Amino acid sequence: MSQARHPGLKLGHEHDPGSGEVEALVFGFWIFMMSDLLIFGCVFATYVVMLPQVADGPSAAELFHLRGPLIETTLLLASSVTIGFALLETKHRADQRRTTLWLAVTFLLGAGFLFSSTHSLLGHLENGAGPSRSAFLSAYWLLVPLHALHVAVGCLWIAVAAAQVWIRGFDWVTTGGLLRLSIYWHFLDIVWIGILSVVYLGAMI
Amino acid sequence: MSHMDKIDESGGQMESRADEQSSYLRGGIASVVLTVIAVLAVVSDVLPDWAAWTTIAVAGILQAVAQLHWFLHIRLHGQAWEDLQLIFFTILILVLMVGGTIWVMGDLSARMM
Repeated sequence: MSQARHPGLKLGHEHDPGSGEVEALVFGFWIFMMSDLLIFGCVFATYVVMLPQVADGPSAAELFHLRGPLIETTLLLASSVTIGFALLETKHRADQRRTTLWLAVTFLLGAGFLFSSTHSLLGHLENGAGPSRSAFLSAYWLLVPLHALHVAVGCLWIAVAAAQVWIRGFDWVTTGGLLRLSIYWHFLDIVWIGILSVVYLGAMI
Repeated sequence: MSHMDKIDESGGQMESRADEQSSYLRGGIASVVLTVIAVLAVVSDVLPDWAAWTTIAVAGILQAVAQLHWFLHIRLHGQAWEDLQLIFFTILILVLMVGGTIWVMGDLSARMM
């Protein structure tokens, strides 16, 4: 086992052309992911500070129900596993069809997450709980749609990566891209744990 | 496709495919179990508030660690230090910034009452 200095599935062998370059790119991408985590951390801090500032608007306990977030949790968790399977098909079989298939499943799960998330956000808007209602809701509308936006970008990326694999096959550009995509996607699931715990479960206590 | 085929030739790598597949499944099952624990702690309504908060926090942190371990394959041993160091440094900054913000602003809010 080589001393890989990046997270994610270890794809490469030192002798492969471009594997050193991929490793550097993936490690650089991990630095970006960690700085993105800092942004989320600051938005979480804002949310917790603003939580009591409801300004006669609905409070978290009145507004949130667990059903939607639990569906979203299930979809995102399942998609984290399926993108792992896509990477395994890339690594062990170099199977274009199966890799693309698992990426398609991941895309659909991500799209399902976005559908459910958008549905509940629109529901809040209809109930007069838009971002301008109170400081608490401003912070909520900053945090949850920011994560959903990340998922939307991730879905777009999955589509592009799948097309690349389908057309170009596997070279160090497409496999390196898949590796970074999987890191991005797993990272989004980890941020979602925080949202489920702090925003939705916290509101039920 | 060419250089990828080489991986399949070694038997050891073929075996590790099953290991890696079960790694993702383990991560998924651990995440489901920890989520169910956190949800039950809240929905059952038998725990006092502080105990429910503690359960959510512990289950959440454990789930993040489980996903880093089984999904992102970050290990304490057998790999270079850089990515782990980066995680620890980020956590340090997060604790300072998030913890500091909540502490200072919470204190301020309490004094304004």
